Amino acid sequence: MLKGAKLTMIEIKNLTKKFGQNLVLDNLSFSVAKGEILGFLGPNGAGKTTTMKIITSFWPATSGSILINGLDTVGNSLATRSKIGYLPETVPLYDDMRVFEYLKFVAQIRGLAEGKIKPRLKQVVATCGLTKVLRRPIDELSKGFRQRVGLAQAIMHEPDILILDEPTTGLDPNQIMEIRDLIKTIGREKTVIFSTHILSEVSATCNRVIIINNGKIVGQGSPAELIGKYGNLEQAFRELTK
Amino acid sequence: MNKLQYLKIIYILFKKELMSYFNSPIAYVFIGVFLIVGNWLFFNTFFLVGQASVRNYFSFLPWIFLFLAPALTMRLWAEEKKSGTIEFLLTLPITDWQAVLAKFLSALAFLTFSLLLSLSIPFSAAWLGNLDLGPVVGGYLGALFLGGSYLALGLFISSLTKNQIIAFILGLVACFSAFIIGADFVLANSPAIFVPIMKFLGLGSHFNNIAKGVLDSKDIIYYLSFIFLFLWLNVRVIERRAWK
Repeated sequence: MLKGAKLTMIEIKNLTKKFGQNLVLDNLSFSVAKGEILGFLGPNGAGKTTTMKIITSFWPATSGSILINGLDTVGNSLATRSKIGYLPETVPLYDDMRVFEYLKFVAQIRGLAEGKIKPRLKQVVATCGLTKVLRRPIDELSKGFRQRVGLAQAIMHEPDILILDEPTTGLDPNQIMEIRDLIKTIGREKTVIFSTHILSEVSATCNRVIIINNGKIVGQGSPAELIGKYGNLEQAFRELTK
Repeated sequence: MNKLQYLKIIYILFKKELMSYFNSPIAYVFIGVFLIVGNWLFFNTFFLVGQASVRNYFSFLPWIFLFLAPALTMRLWAEEKKSGTIEFLLTLPITDWQAVLAKFLSALAFLTFSLLLSLSIPFSAAWLGNLDLGPVVGGYLGALFLGGSYLALGLFISSLTKNQIIAFILGLVACFSAFIIGADFVLANSPAIFVPIMKFLGLGSHFNNIAKGVLDSKDIIYYLSFIFLFLWLNVRVIERRAWK
């Protein structure tokens, strides 16, 4: 891939977030290019989830800015939000709805054209393997299926950017493989940021890794670079977040 | 975003909220309680008085609404916060006003639907005697404005907490306070200089005017301002994300 041809999709500049006196993000800066799958690593409480919540406009930053494809997430929040698909860590879903009702609602609220909703729903349901549970109420779904519905929701509008907060926690090895393949497929054309604690997942899927600790970037590079420097990813993680 | 798209998003959210009312038992309990209590209270005195009048019904309707309106609004924000779906909702490309309006309108639509079911009361009265239509139309219109005000207040309170029960109780207390300050028996015991202000601020005194069949723009503007104020406060709470 030519370096100059890469389009910057997400540009984070001097992002700082405080909760009262508690500094959660400390002057964080990085950018993510189109077609990049970025693994976001760090111990619990390092600021991964907070960063994601700010990129998606759920929380405001204390200072700093985020540009999505050149647009500021504060001034052009509606435009940037429509470019992003987001799966929060807790996989929040409307439990009283049935799977197809929920997905149809997502398609509508995301502004898909009337004629495109049905074919797109079919596509997403097939991609995420939801055919069997379409008529089931969401609160009766297993953890694995909930995760898939959450993912279906995030990719519904074919967003340029996918932000997934620990998308594979609580899944069995088969499901993890499926989600991993899905992320890879999507990552060919889109931009993906995902956080995880499973380090083998990172070398299997990401082109780039950012490790943060106490709200600061402590290491970044391709998985190969990090492995070359530290021996393996576990070692890199341990040394950088000590 | 053009106006049509803006309204379309409200409509999609509105439909989803209305569907959740009917997906949960709350809707049926609500309608059941509303109709049983309403009809019972009405027919209890209707034959004693022996007059084809619905004035009685509209005099206790505000008291029924006092309990029912917070029951309709309690979960609208509190549940989104508790289950975390608010994170999904507020990262959609929609404005905070669209979200607030959709929730308010869905509750109002549900209340209107229940009111329509209670039309059996004026119909029975009209069948049994010579019913004066003015107070009926006024009563229903007043009930909509008063109910809308309760709902706007209850919705705002639901945005302040994660707990539905707290949202219900605080909503009840707030609606009760807003209703009672203009009531006759409170005014009678209040210092004379406050009486005009309290009478103007109370939700109840304006309702009485409309329910008599007297449509005054003053009362309507009052209700619309009251509703707007609390929807506006609701938007402020939502945009500050101030519930963490």
